[in-house]
Amino acid sequence: MSYFIDRRENAKHKSAVNRQRFLQRYRKHIKRAVEDSVNRRSITDMKRGEKISIPDRDISEPVFRHGRGGDNTIVSPGNKEFNEGDRFNRPSGKGGGDGSGEGSASNQGEGVDEFAFSLTREEFLEFVFDGLELPNLERKQLLDIEEVKPVRSGISRDGIPARMNVVRSMREAYARRIAMRAPIRRALKEAEEALAEEEGKEPALRNKLRLEELRAEIDQLKRRLEAVPYIDTFDLRYNNMTNQPVPSNKAVMFCVMDVSGSMTQAHKDIAKRFFLLLYLFLERNYEKIELVFIRHHTAAKEVDEEEFFYSRETGGTIVSSALNLLDEVIETRYPPGQWNLYVAQASDGDNWDDDSTTCRQILSDKIMHRLQYYAYVEITPHAHQALWDEYERVAADFPDRFAMQQIVEAGDIYSVFRELFRRREAA
Amino acid sequence: MTDTASVSGGERKSADWTFETLEYYEQAIARIAKEYRLDIYPNQIEIITSEQMMDAYASVGMPVGYHHWSFGKQFLSVEQSYRRGKMGLAYELVINSDPCIAYLMEENTLMMQILVMAHACYGHNSFFKGNYLFRAWTDASAIVDYLVFARRYISECEEKHGVETVEQLLDACHALQNYGVDRYKRPSPMSPEAESKRQEEREAYLQTQVNALWTTIPTHDTEHLSDRAVTDSEDPLALRAPFHYPPEPQENLLYFIEKNAPLLAPWQREVVRIVRKMAQYFYPQRQTQVMNEGWATFWHYTIMNQLFDEGLIDEGVILEFLQSHTSVVAQPTFDSPYYNGINPYALGFAMFSDIKRICEHPTDEDREWFPDIAGSNWLDTFHFAMANFKDESFVQQFLSPKVMRDFKMFAIIDDDQDDMIEVGAIHNEQGYRRVREALSAQYALGQREPNIQVWSADVRGDRSLTLRHLVHKRRPLDQSVYPVLRYLHQLWGFPVKLDSFDGDDVVHRYQWPLPDAS
Repeated sequence: MSYFIDRRENAKHKSAVNRQRFLQRYRKHIKRAVEDSVNRRSITDMKRGEKISIPDRDISEPVFRHGRGGDNTIVSPGNKEFNEGDRFNRPSGKGGGDGSGEGSASNQGEGVDEFAFSLTREEFLEFVFDGLELPNLERKQLLDIEEVKPVRSGISRDGIPARMNVVRSMREAYARRIAMRAPIRRALKEAEEALAEEEGKEPALRNKLRLEELRAEIDQLKRRLEAVPYIDTFDLRYNNMTNQPVPSNKAVMFCVMDVSGSMTQAHKDIAKRFFLLLYLFLERNYEKIELVFIRHHTAAKEVDEEEFFYSRETGGTIVSSALNLLDEVIETRYPPGQWNLYVAQASDGDNWDDDSTTCRQILSDKIMHRLQYYAYVEITPHAHQALWDEYERVAADFPDRFAMQQIVEAGDIYSVFRELFRRREAA
Repeated sequence: MTDTASVSGGERKSADWTFETLEYYEQAIARIAKEYRLDIYPNQIEIITSEQMMDAYASVGMPVGYHHWSFGKQFLSVEQSYRRGKMGLAYELVINSDPCIAYLMEENTLMMQILVMAHACYGHNSFFKGNYLFRAWTDASAIVDYLVFARRYISECEEKHGVETVEQLLDACHALQNYGVDRYKRPSPMSPEAESKRQEEREAYLQTQVNALWTTIPTHDTEHLSDRAVTDSEDPLALRAPFHYPPEPQENLLYFIEKNAPLLAPWQREVVRIVRKMAQYFYPQRQTQVMNEGWATFWHYTIMNQLFDEGLIDEGVILEFLQSHTSVVAQPTFDSPYYNGINPYALGFAMFSDIKRICEHPTDEDREWFPDIAGSNWLDTFHFAMANFKDESFVQQFLSPKVMRDFKMFAIIDDDQDDMIEVGAIHNEQGYRRVREALSAQYALGQREPNIQVWSADVRGDRSLTLRHLVHKRRPLDQSVYPVLRYLHQLWGFPVKLDSFDGDDVVHRYQWPLPDAS
C-alpha cells in the first residue's frame, strides 16, 4: 500500500530557474538596492551577498479583493472582558479587515511591508557589474616583483650558533671520534697482545726491557685515546639558509582620483566601480592588499575611503600634485622590492595645461618603472584634453604596464581590464 | 540518546530513523488507521533534504510545475524564513494525488517522521480521498500527469514565443485565477492523455468558435431586449438595442476569456486553460483548510497516542510529540503579538475532538444543540462530517458552544458608517448562534472574495467587456482592482469595464484603459 522512495540524491535547486526569473523581473529594483549597497560598502567589503528588500506593493500579484470599509463582522478568539453591545473606538492601523480567516494583515503599525530576500555573493557581483560580464579573473603573467625569502638548503660548516644543527654536529663528532681513535685502539690492542704474550712466557725468558717498553707504549696510547676530544669546533654543523627569490604576495593599490568641482557624484560612482574591479582582481592574486587613497584638486592629500568617495571639493586641478604624493608614498612606505604596486587613476581629464607635461615626466621618470600596472580612466563624454595626449605617450613607452580608457558610462570600465584579465597565454 | 529502554517488542527508541524503522511504523500506523476506517490512496513517501523541501514549498508542493517568477519569489521568501529559523513543520507537504505523495525531511527525528506519516499520509490523504469537494473538483490520479503536460506545453510556448511573452500572459492569468472556477457546476475531470491528444484539435476548434461569435451578425433575440429599447421611439425596431452576450452572467472569468477573448492566439487560450485547471485543482484546498488540518491533526494525535498505548513508542517520543503537537494547535488570543488570525489547526482539532466528545459523552447542552449526533457512533459521524462539508458549512453545522467558550470567541462589528466598533456577540447563550454564523461567513469563499461576474461583451459595438461586481455589505473593492483590470484588458484586447452594484445602484465604475484625464 505504501512505499518509500529515497530522493535525497536527486537534484536540488529545482527552483533555480524560477529564482532567476524573479531576479530578472525585478532587475531594476535589485540593481537600485545593490547600487545603494555598493555606495554604502567599502570596496574591500564585497565578499558577501546582500539582503535586498523590495516594497511589497511593487511585487504584489494583484487579485480582486475587498478593500477597507463596508460592514464587516470579525470573529476573534480570546475574549476577556467584552460583553455584547460594548463599543470602542476603532483601533488605528488595522482598518476594516479583510474578514478572511487568514488574518494576513500585518499589525506592525504603519510602514510599507517589504519583501526581503538574500542575494548570493555571485549574484551580488553580477548586479554590481551588470552587463560587464566579469571575466574569469586569471592573472596574466605580470611583472611581479620578487622578494627574497631565506629557505633551508642543507648543512654548512659555517654559521651562527643559533642555527647550529645539534644532531648533525654530534654525528660528525662521533664519526670523527671513531676515525681518530681507530688507529690508536689498533695500536693499543697490538701492544696489549704483545704485552700479554711477553707476560705469558717463563719469567726467566721475559725480556724486561721489552716489557717496560710495551707498558710505556700502552700508557701513552691510553692517554692519546683519552685525549681525543668528545666534540671539536671542527665537528660543528650549521643549518644552511640561502636566499631564494619568491613572488611577493603583497600588493598595494593606489586609488588616485580627481575631486575637483567638475567631478560629480555620478563620476565618482563610476570611479568606485573601477577601483572595485581592480581590487577584486588583486584580491584573487595577493594575500595582502593595502589601499591608499589619494585625492587631489590643486593639491593632493592622502585620505581614508569615506572621505575619498564622498567629500566634496571644489577648485582647479593639478594632477601632478597627486603623482608627486604618490611617488613620495611609494618612496617612504612601499619599497618596490617588497610590494607589488598598482595604481588606478580616475579623472575627468581636466588639468592645468602646462601640468600635463609634468605628469608625463613624473610618470616616465619616477613612477612607471616601479609599478606593476597603471590603469587610467577618463570619465567624460567630451573630447580629450592635454592630459590624455600626454598619457598616450606614456602608454606608448610602457605598453605592458599602462592602460588607459575613456569611460562614458559604467559599462565601459571593463575594457580597461581586458588586457589585464586576459587568460594567461601559453608561455 | 540511548536505545536501551525495552518496551514490549523491544523496538528501537533511538531518535534517528532508518528505513526499517520507518517501514515498521508505517505499517503500525496503517493498521491503526484501518481500525478507524481511514480510506486512503496508496502512499508514496519520499525522503528529501531540506533544500529539496524548500524547492517543494516554493512550488506549492507540486512535484513539477511550469516556470514562473512568482514561484521564484515564493522560493526566496521560504529560503529567507528557513535561514532565519522561522520555518515550521513540514506537515503540509502532501500532494493530493494518487498515489498520494508525501515528503519526509531527512533531518527530522524519528518522532517527526512518525508524526508526519500519521498526519499527512493518513490524515490528509484520507481527507483528499473522502471529502466531496476534492472528489468533485480534482482528479487525484491525473494531476501529476497534467502537471507534466502543463510544464512541457508552457516551455514549448516559451521556446516558440519568448519567455517574456509567456510570462506576461501568465501574470494576467494568475491575477484572475481565483475566478477560474465554476462554483456551482461540477467540472469535467482532467484527463492528461486526452488533454494532450485533443489539445491541438481543440486549438483549431476553439478558434473557429471564437471567430463565429465575432463575425456572425447576431440575430435578435427578443428575450434580451431591454425594456428601455422597446420603448425607445427613436429605435422602434430595437436595431441599436444591445445584443446581450453572454446570455447569462458568467462567474468563471478565465473560462470566458479562454472561449471568447477575440484576439488571443490558440496557444494563449491553452495557457489560460492550464492556469484555470490549476486554479480548479487548488479550489477545494482553499475552502477546507480548517477541516483538512483539523482532520489530519486529530488523526496524528489519536494514532500517536495509540502507538504509545500499545508500547510501540516510549515516553521520550510521546513527550517530544506532545511538545510539538501543543505548539501546532496553540491559539494565541487576538491581543497577542503572535496573533495571526484563527489557527486552522487549533480550530479544526478542537472541533473534531469535540465532535467525538459529543458523540461519546454528550451533555444536556449537546443534546439540545446536536440532537442528531449526540450519543451516536462517533466514527460514523466523523466520516460523515469529513466527507460532506467544507469549512463554511462545517463550522455552521458542528461548531459547538463548548468550543466557542473554550476559544472565548467574540464577534466585532466593524461598520464604516459607525465611528465606533461594537461587540456584536460573545460566547454566551444569546451569542452562540450569531458568533457561529459570523465565523461560518468568515470561511465562506463567496464572502471572502468579491463576487465578480462577466456581465456582457459588446460584440456588436466596441467589443468592450463589462463585469459586474455585486457588493456585499457595502464592502468596496481594493485598489488592486486597477492592476487586475489592466491584466484583464491585456487578455481581452479591448476596453474592460467593471461596475460595482449595491442592489440596483451602481456605486462605482472602474474601467481600463483609464479615461483620459482631461
